Amino acid sequence: MDQKLRIDWILCDGYSLCSPEAPEVIDLDEWGYPIIRPGVIAEHELKDVKRAVGACPMSALSLVPQDFDKRS
Amino acid sequence: MTLPLDTRRLLAGPALDGTPERYAAHIARLGVLPLVGGRADLIGSLEASGLLGRGGAGFAVGRKWRALASRDGKDSAVVVANGAEGEPASHKDRTLMAHRPHLVIDGALLAAEAIGASEIVFYVGREHVAAVAAMKAAMAERKPELGKRAKIVLAPLGYVAGEATAVVNYINTGKGKPMTVPPRVSQRGVGKKPTLVQNVESLAYAALIARYGDAWYRMAGRLGSKGTALITLSGAVRDAGVWEIELGTTLGEVAEEAGAREDRTAAVLMGGYFGTWTTARDAWTMPLDPAAMKASGLAFGCGLLWLLPASACGVHATAQIIEYLADASAAQCGPCLFGLRALADATVRLAAGQPASGDLQLIERLIPQTAGRGACHHPDGAVGFMASALNVFGEDFEHHARTGRCSVTGTSGGVR
Repeated sequence: MDQKLRIDWILCDGYSLCSPEAPEVIDLDEWGYPIIRPGVIAEHELKDVKRAVGACPMSALSLVPQDFDKRS
Repeated sequence: MTLPLDTRRLLAGPALDGTPERYAAHIARLGVLPLVGGRADLIGSLEASGLLGRGGAGFAVGRKWRALASRDGKDSAVVVANGAEGEPASHKDRTLMAHRPHLVIDGALLAAEAIGASEIVFYVGREHVAAVAAMKAAMAERKPELGKRAKIVLAPLGYVAGEATAVVNYINTGKGKPMTVPPRVSQRGVGKKPTLVQNVESLAYAALIARYGDAWYRMAGRLGSKGTALITLSGAVRDAGVWEIELGTTLGEVAEEAGAREDRTAAVLMGGYFGTWTTARDAWTMPLDPAAMKASGLAFGCGLLWLLPASACGVHATAQIIEYLADASAAQCGPCLFGLRALADATVRLAAGQPASGDLQLIERLIPQTAGRGACHHPDGAVGFMASALNVFGEDFEHHARTGRCSVTGTSGGVR
């Protein structure tokens, strides 16, 4: 199952520590909040993305299955 | 067959003079409530009726009840009748509760029966004083049926207080702010129980469909969407207020009946503050039909139709609304808090004739950047509204940005 990044926007406080770990997947807006590139995460990007998830001091980032929001 | 423009179903009965219909009059007119167990399958009837939720999102009512009724586990559920109506220009929910409170109670009782709920919460905007009084008095009259399972909770002020997760959060914790989903409120809501949050108009229609059936409901409706709906006509219109219309009626028909004229209208905001600006010309022939509106990139939303007079500036009107929506952010999610604030500030500067360089480009960039980046859909609604403003008032925005003057009024400042 393909995975995607999920942001808990209430937890995210814009520390901006995620983007430097996986710049090809996570960009930042002018206030330091992440902008996730649309689409699935490629196999070779997974390591960086996992580091980005671990870098968040608020634990606001997680890797979830692609259909996460659609499951009830 | 075309029904009268003001087709009265929910609003049939005594005049809308500010006094609520008492229970004795309600049952004399409509009969006592038929309960689900005692008659044909109400959920099936709601599904067949095609009734859509009237809180704004337009989700099918029957499907929503079915999903809750067929839930796993034996936990009892909760029904929340949502009458927060935080949308400032909308008046249909407060009007309904203030005049026909027993239809709302009927609908909540039916929902509780249908989905297996042991608690009912009437969630009413505290600023809707007449509606609060009417609901309290009606609940007292229905004490024998409601018993101890029902209570009224006064919703806090604010645009987001009526959003389903904010409703549940407020009832649970006193904090009227949206929560991250999942879990959905249908899985874990009030008191962690599965919860049906349903707009009061939707519940009131369910109470009529329970009595008269889905075929009766579908007798109205000129096009794809069947039935009737409450709308609020507002802005540049003589007889502003709440109307009950047959779906498929065009905006122009209702607006003219209410004293508006196309040539005196610049544009219409359709669907609410999260809605879509539409030129008067396009709006006038637009059927007020959720399916037809969706096909045109519009949303029926909460049924708000706000007419901007031809003498007014769309940039200025847009600035007032985006300023309101930026202030209405629950301030929990950065992209909404900062993005909407920046959008509002740039729009206000343009409207006021004091544009900073690049303001228009900033607005164009922030619209797609802000969409989809929040726990709830507040930022999505706000940027959708802004995108429609650029579509309809694009030349005016450019004129404001280039000259610092208003293209409609000729003044600097854009105020009429």
